[in-house]
Amino acid sequence: MAAVTVDHLIKKYRQDKKTSITALNNISFSVKEGEIFGLIGPDGAGKTSLFRILTTLLLADSGSATVCGLDVVKDFRQIRKQVGYMPGRFSLYQDLTVEENLRFFATVFDTTIEENYHLIKDIYVQIEPFKNRRAGKLSGGMKQKLALCCALIHKPTILFLDEPTTGVDTVSRKEFWEMLKRLKDQGITILVSTPYMDEATLCERIALIQTGNILSINTPEGIISNYPEILLAVKGDDMSHLLKSLRSLPEVKSCNAFGEYHHITLKKDLKLSETDLQKKWNDQSLQIKEVISIRPTVEDCFIRLMMETSKAS
Amino acid sequence: MRTLRFLLQKEFRQIFRNTTILRMIIAVPIIQLLILPLAADFEIKNINVAVVDQDNSSFSKKLIEKISASNYFHITSWSSSFEKTYPLFENDKADLILEIPAHFERDLVRENHQQLFMAVNAINGTKALVGSSYLTGIIRDFNGDLRMQYVQQTANAQIVPIEISSVNWYNPLMNYRFFMVPGILVVLVTMVGSYMCALNIVKEKEVGTIEQINVTPIKKHQFILGKLIPFWLIGNFVFSVGLWVIARFVYGIIPLGSIGLLYAFLAVYLVALLGIGLLVSTYSSTQQQAMSLAFFLMMIFMLMSGLFTPVDSMPEWAKWIARANPVTYFIEVVRMVILKGSGFKDISKHFLVMAGFAVFFNSWAVINYRKRSG
Repeated sequence: MAAVTVDHLIKKYRQDKKTSITALNNISFSVKEGEIFGLIGPDGAGKTSLFRILTTLLLADSGSATVCGLDVVKDFRQIRKQVGYMPGRFSLYQDLTVEENLRFFATVFDTTIEENYHLIKDIYVQIEPFKNRRAGKLSGGMKQKLALCCALIHKPTILFLDEPTTGVDTVSRKEFWEMLKRLKDQGITILVSTPYMDEATLCERIALIQTGNILSINTPEGIISNYPEILLAVKGDDMSHLLKSLRSLPEVKSCNAFGEYHHITLKKDLKLSETDLQKKWNDQSLQIKEVISIRPTVEDCFIRLMMETSKAS
Repeated sequence: MRTLRFLLQKEFRQIFRNTTILRMIIAVPIIQLLILPLAADFEIKNINVAVVDQDNSSFSKKLIEKISASNYFHITSWSSSFEKTYPLFENDKADLILEIPAHFERDLVRENHQQLFMAVNAINGTKALVGSSYLTGIIRDFNGDLRMQYVQQTANAQIVPIEISSVNWYNPLMNYRFFMVPGILVVLVTMVGSYMCALNIVKEKEVGTIEQINVTPIKKHQFILGKLIPFWLIGNFVFSVGLWVIARFVYGIIPLGSIGLLYAFLAVYLVALLGIGLLVSTYSSTQQQAMSLAFFLMMIFMLMSGLFTPVDSMPEWAKWIARANPVTYFIEVVRMVILKGSGFKDISKHFLVMAGFAVFFNSWAVINYRKRSG
């Protein structure tokens, strides 16, 4: 049985009498039991709307969805007992202490901290020294850990994490993903959203989502291997100038800035090696230092899919 | 039940940790009850009278003495020219000018008739009205005294004056504070009930904690009760401090009627009021919005409640607003029970109306409180 199924969901927000914003545009997918499923997309892609529908906080305009085999509209009470939700914004009681927050959420779910301590132990030991501190006075990473503990304390079967690593430093982010792996090993299905493409490879399957549309669903490997073109990375002295020059070349199909390199794809008829290309372009006074062929990242795939859909529409 | 208990525990923890709220609960009622009744005193004292005495006779002196002997008037100037006195009036140094014309005594004795002139600064309508009627009373008195003297001298003409004696029931000393303090007590309870309750709920929305609560199995009614019960208790607490400590020891107001009846009505009133607070919270998504909305409602509730001006003297349309205002009923009941000693029979209609308010506001709020959206 699928842990989550989403079937033709549509959600629009009315802006004024005439216009409306489409947050979710007829999307469908399913999440298998026990997997880490990532929703990858930029801000405003519709990730939070989807999470709110799945956690029964928001009603969709049309379409249906199930969580643990339960309908999100009809069986919302049962769903609330079984899912853990960690909203993007820290939303625990800032004026209650760490321990009081945890105890409160345990009680609300009719359980105790002691009963499910094994689930949160790894995480909780890190914040236990501060258990008498008020939640509002914790650092960002600590807040994140506490929020995760509170979302886990009732032993949910599915965990919904809405941008859990936004605003958290790199070390804490890494730690956080390790914690998710351990939770997965305990059999908890995890649905996580993130705007960071580099985190995509840490999920088992990902859905690339953009302005309410799912561009692709696959394993990160699958998405990368589906990249149909040869990707080159180009480096030069004046990178911003180089970007403009490359884009103006007739044989270049796309060119995007990627840190210290520019990633480019070429039109199909060009069959030249990297060194030949470098030579050819340097003859046109582009001042290129390096051209190498690289394996695409999820971000490359995302940008390509995004451009394709915008071209199609 | 267990969930509700923990919700309440959480709520009280939060309230007692918030020093601002604590201060509001304890200090504000005490301070307001100590200050407001003194400031909102409608009893007019220290009316400044400028006397223009063009007669300078024993009669005119006697009249002026009589005026200054009363507690209400303060004679600021005494001159013989109206022109010199008038600037005092313009500069707000005199509220009243009394002009005694020349030959006042002579003409009064000879012709049995004389006129006085009184000019009143009517910017403050109440003060003008009260001042001029006090002064008229004193002059009438003075006139009566003179008559008696002359009538006794000319014993043949028998005048039988109608003497009116009046007794002030329920507030024999006409102490304005007796009237104001119970009213202000109501205002305090109203503020605590509606403002604090609305702000508290909206805070959960604003901070986002309501999201986390909403994905738990906490039911709608548990959440609402968890919010209303603490403020219901706080409302009772504030009322008790006001009634037992301030009203009793500072103002010497001891309720004539049944205390139980007072609290029974308070209980129903608070439910209605918290319904309004809840309603305000359902229409606002930030504390600022809730504050503005609650402030607007409170202004209308206060001014249209008969706290300062009697409802009976309002125009017909305003009376309808006053009748649709729960505060009006509670102020009436508190005054009736505390000052008049009214019993359940006298206020049973109020009870019924208030229960209606409680049901109306709470149902509206609950219908509008959609746990699952926005």
